[in-house]
Amino acid sequence: MTIIIEPGRAAAHYWRDLWRYRELMYFLAWRDLSVRYKQTAIGVAWAVLRPALTLLVFVAFRRMAGLRQSEVPDVVLVMAAVLPWQFFSSALSESSASLIGNTGLISKVYFPRLIIPVAAIATAFVDFLITLGLLAGLMAWYGVAPDARLLALPAFVLLAAVLSLGLGLLLAALTVTYRDFRYVVPFVVQMGLFVSPVAFATSQVPERWRQVYALNPMVGIIDGFRWSVLGGQAPLAPAFLVSSVALSLGALVVGAWYFRKTERGFADAI
Amino acid sequence: MSASVVSVEGVGKRYRLRHRHETERYATLGEAVVGAFKAPFRRLSGARLPAVTTDDFWALRDVSFRISEGEVVGIIGRNGAGKSTLLKILSRITEPTTGRIVLGGRVASLLEVGTGFHPELSGRENIFLNAAILGMSRAETARRFDEIVAFAEVEQFLDTPVKRYSSGMYVRLAFAVAAHLEPDILIVDEVLAVGDAAFQKKSLGKMHEASRSGRTVLFVSHNMAAVGNLTSRCVVLSAGTVAFDGAPAAAIEHYMQSGQRPSGPAVANGRGPHTAVMRARLLNSAGEGTDIYQPGTPLRIEVVFETDGTPRASLEAFLIDAVGQKLALASLHQFHGVTLPSQRGRFRTVLDLEPMWLASGSYSFDVTTSIVNSNWDHYVEGLIQFDVTGSNPGGQAWDFRHSLGYGALAMSCARMPEFLAERDGR
Repeated sequence: MTIIIEPGRAAAHYWRDLWRYRELMYFLAWRDLSVRYKQTAIGVAWAVLRPALTLLVFVAFRRMAGLRQSEVPDVVLVMAAVLPWQFFSSALSESSASLIGNTGLISKVYFPRLIIPVAAIATAFVDFLITLGLLAGLMAWYGVAPDARLLALPAFVLLAAVLSLGLGLLLAALTVTYRDFRYVVPFVVQMGLFVSPVAFATSQVPERWRQVYALNPMVGIIDGFRWSVLGGQAPLAPAFLVSSVALSLGALVVGAWYFRKTERGFADAI
Repeated sequence: MSASVVSVEGVGKRYRLRHRHETERYATLGEAVVGAFKAPFRRLSGARLPAVTTDDFWALRDVSFRISEGEVVGIIGRNGAGKSTLLKILSRITEPTTGRIVLGGRVASLLEVGTGFHPELSGRENIFLNAAILGMSRAETARRFDEIVAFAEVEQFLDTPVKRYSSGMYVRLAFAVAAHLEPDILIVDEVLAVGDAAFQKKSLGKMHEASRSGRTVLFVSHNMAAVGNLTSRCVVLSAGTVAFDGAPAAAIEHYMQSGQRPSGPAVANGRGPHTAVMRARLLNSAGEGTDIYQPGTPLRIEVVFETDGTPRASLEAFLIDAVGQKLALASLHQFHGVTLPSQRGRFRTVLDLEPMWLASGSYSFDVTTSIVNSNWDHYVEGLIQFDVTGSNPGGQAWDFRHSLGYGALAMSCARMPEFLAERDGR
């Protein structure tokens, strides 16, 4: 095995190294998971409690705003959206903060840096699985049975992962040089919750705004979730889906490109 | 001579430095934007504004050497000579700006022990995590787990979070993981500065073993005794270039004697929040500036400083040897209860220190002002540089040189010893 180090040469072994270091990715995700609820009194219950509280707030909001018009129980309708939203938002927050949270590693040891934000998304994915159990429980309680559309669910989870990874890579790399983005991400996540169809259904958005609305890639993902989970009781407009897929892939390409471009300077800049 | 496993050719590393009145760690978008707008005006308004200029700084320049399989090579040099940069390039943490390096095997670097240790995780968990970070597979780690634990001597604490470990245990565990990696090329930086004597000995043994089994070791340390013992060859870096490459003893000698001597009175840059060390120099018995100290005479250093009158400020000086080791401390407050004047202004003072029998060699003083029991206020490294050119408290012909590795101070007898005959047994 021979390694050649030259200016601009880092790319040469990149993908091979990424494969070789795959166990490290697993360990980093595992580390974040096992550390996350250390020294908390209720531990992993937080993974359920947080979405449950969000759910409560939104259901209460719907009652007050008189938004009840679907046949699906409110709780299930909202939960089917809280789930992908929470996965996306925590994956995005954690991956974009992941590089500066691992300064020690980056400045001391070599490994493909891509591992760090990907591990952060894997961590968010585990929380997602726990919350998925909560949704399953609620559906059983309210007697909402999914149909064959449920088989499409992994595709929408993947889409949410692709979108958060793309944006996360871009923001993580930007944060290394510009710490401003540390303040941008929480803001985006907060605003995103209100402009995404979490508390309401896309059908409640006025017709003339739909085109603008399609620019939010989370719309297609959340609608897709509802569509596949609620057994056809929630519609999925193809336009939203196409837009989501295109924007997510676009984000991944741009994010990965910028990340790879700036990666070799991380150790010097961080 | 076997084929080279490490071949470094013409390697250079350039850093772009941004200068402003104070160095800032964080760049923000705002700075970039404001800077862009200010730039044209700055020229018009003269140089009063804090200028942001970029400057090229070559941390390494045209460094070349080759290392054969199984060689243990020491890399020595002063702080800032480029050692860390070279290691970072070799371990692929950062890229070189010029040149080419060919490494013939798996590289593991130990740039700092305990990298990636998580305080909340247990010893057991950290072993696996750390091993993965250093490039070891899970199966490999599991296989060597018992060995690692035994080496680190932490059996009873395996399931305790490492934040509850003593610093000694922490370091032992970290080194143990790294020592059981089986890379073809092992890069070690300063690990031996930690741990107790017994553990250091064990660590050295482990490195010997590594080199005997055909592994190549690159070893960076300020511990000249360890470098001398362990390595078969040394590369001396100075100001980013290779100054010497050869046998360890000769390299250490070269390193000790290559004190960079700035000419003229030493002037400090920058200032602290309350005070500033302006300049300092060594005085001879006639009260003139000098850069030679005659051992056994009073050691006088003159310091000029400014203060804003802050009440609890003190002045300290550290005596540093050629290897960067702190040898001695002089402190106005801690040793004499004296604080700096509490009125604003610039002052000159002379610390008239007790005579010392320093060994021949190069020394320097770090001079600092401090806020008592709190923090350094303005710390200036290597402000005074001086030499001792001959040392023997008894006036014998033998020159007690620091580079011999026998220490930096001669202990002389206050009165000549007597020899009293003593009968064996009773």
